[in-house]
Amino acid sequence: MDFLHSILIQPFADMFGAPDFLVQVLWEGAVSGVLYALIALGFVLIFKSSRIFNFAQGIMVVFAALTLVGLHERGVPALLALPMTLGVMFILTVCIERVVLRPLVNQPDIIFFMATIGITLFLIGFGEIIFGGENKRMITEELMIPTGSFEFEPFGGFVLIEQRDVTVVAGAILLVAGLLLFLNKSKMGRAIRALGDDHQAALSVGISLSTIWVIVWFIAGVIALVTGIAWGSRAGVSFALEVIAYKALPVLMLGGLESVSGAIIGGLMIGILEKLFEIYWGQPLLGGNTEAWFAYVLALVVLLFRPQGLFGEKIIERV
Amino acid sequence: MLYRVAGQYKTSYEADYALFPVKQDAWLLGFILLIAFVIFPLTANEFVFRALLTPVLIYSLAALGLNILTGYAGQLSLGTGAFMGVGAYACYKLITIFPEMNLIVAIALSGFFSASIGVAFGLPSLRIKGFYLAIATLAAQFFLVWLFQKWAWLYNYSASGAIQVPNMRMFGITIAGPNATALTQYYVVLCVVTVVTLFAINITRGRIGRIWKAVRDMDIAAELVGINLMKAKLMAFFVSSYIVGVSGALFVFLWRGAAEANLFDIPLSFRVLFIVIIGGLGSILGNYLGAILIVALPVIIGNVPGFFGIPISSSSVEHINIMIIGALIITFLILEPHGLARYWAVIREKLIIWPFPH
Repeated sequence: MDFLHSILIQPFADMFGAPDFLVQVLWEGAVSGVLYALIALGFVLIFKSSRIFNFAQGIMVVFAALTLVGLHERGVPALLALPMTLGVMFILTVCIERVVLRPLVNQPDIIFFMATIGITLFLIGFGEIIFGGENKRMITEELMIPTGSFEFEPFGGFVLIEQRDVTVVAGAILLVAGLLLFLNKSKMGRAIRALGDDHQAALSVGISLSTIWVIVWFIAGVIALVTGIAWGSRAGVSFALEVIAYKALPVLMLGGLESVSGAIIGGLMIGILEKLFEIYWGQPLLGGNTEAWFAYVLALVVLLFRPQGLFGEKIIERV
Repeated sequence: MLYRVAGQYKTSYEADYALFPVKQDAWLLGFILLIAFVIFPLTANEFVFRALLTPVLIYSLAALGLNILTGYAGQLSLGTGAFMGVGAYACYKLITIFPEMNLIVAIALSGFFSASIGVAFGLPSLRIKGFYLAIATLAAQFFLVWLFQKWAWLYNYSASGAIQVPNMRMFGITIAGPNATALTQYYVVLCVVTVVTLFAINITRGRIGRIWKAVRDMDIAAELVGINLMKAKLMAFFVSSYIVGVSGALFVFLWRGAAEANLFDIPLSFRVLFIVIIGGLGSILGNYLGAILIVALPVIIGNVPGFFGIPISSSSVEHINIMIIGALIITFLILEPHGLARYWAVIREKLIIWPFPH
């Protein structure tokens, strides 16, 4: 009985006993959820348009953030370093398309996946040689991101919300809105979606595969830069950031590989649920650090009942 | 010249499907075994055993396990490191609970623990496949490594959180632990690897192996011709995780000597996956070639530039190594998706028809 009590009743008693703390936990969860969703969005975008499962999205986040900080360290003003980093990401994208993707056209999906693992390794080694592996501080103030905090006192308690987190959430919403507008309204966006639906048909009406690939990977690079700035301002910039890429994978399973809304909702869900589980169940009962696997196990359980994910297209063959 | 098949007539199906349809293959294998069992022990020194030979054997065994799952049965797994960890921790618990147990028996038994865990995490493969399954195996990776850290019973509540290999004797010789010599450990590993490889060769070219290949190539067609997909996939997970678990036990008991949970994290899984990709998916020989390349690469990078008078610091060796492996993977996928093993196959065919080009 004690055991059941500690699982089923105590956590909820804790939650409603200290609602201000609950609000704080929910907010923290939502912010990391937004970041997971952003990385997952990078994956979804590339998968939707080219059926490539881009494992390198995580390292692109690290690489973009490192380039930004590294340029600033070498004396480039922050607001100039930003467009320069975008330029570097564009060059990287063109290189990936030329060197890796183009020779592999028409290969099975799994080969592309392994090739992106190769890109990941190459970028890790390359980045460490150029920028060094140590933890660096993100240039948050220099980019004019506010660093103060708001304090609330709801329910007689105390809730602290960092301004930079608010900026991150606002930025992410703007980015997603812009992206959806681009995909749904612009001519190029329509071409991208056409390519995602049917490669052959899209090619035969004159859509250039390599141009679209460069554009899509570049957009993923922009998303990576935004994620890198946001996450780097919270935890510093180093190759340890790559860990958050592993967090985006269960988001994809949960949301479905080709669903933009799935990535966003799945990201928020996993961010909030894993924080709640960690605070109210993981730390008192399981010795903590359950965030390492909670998202995966949740995704696995959902997949056992809905193999296509919560929002995925139902084209997965039944086995 | 040496590879002449003229005069080797086959008059029955048995002869055509024999282990060595060409006599020279058997000679070559005998020659390799002679080198491994006699020449190396006579000539190599402590450093070569510890830094090259033993790790090559252990990594190729792990790669063999993964190759059965990914290369033969077509189920991509990213959780190899965690299953190696299950084998290592199971072996550690077995010898602490039964101190009299023979180490070889303990290693053989510990494979069954990782096999059962592997089957449990293979269950999602019945409903999902491809990338979704790869991520599902990552769940095993993260969950098990967390378990190795938090479940103090697994490492006998030691303060460091690591498992230490005690001195273990067999037939009057110390074969594991701090007092064991590199040579005896190499021999034990070599024997285990030889036996498992023989088993793997026979299982993959027999009925079960053909079932796996059918599932890999087109699972719907395989089901239509009457293959029980569920049984085939779970069997692949079982055999693969068994071999991976054995290699994990060898990894800790006959090479590293001690281990903590972080050792079995994602980088280990990936290293094994790279061996499989570079060596060749769906090939037994490829595992050995891939392992030789991956183990030797950092040694080569660390020593060759110094030979030409350009010394490299150990940290940049690490970075250059990882960069080259990344580049190698991409190069292999573009130029030769079947890996190093394919090059040997090409050379062998050329040798058979030599000196005529057709």
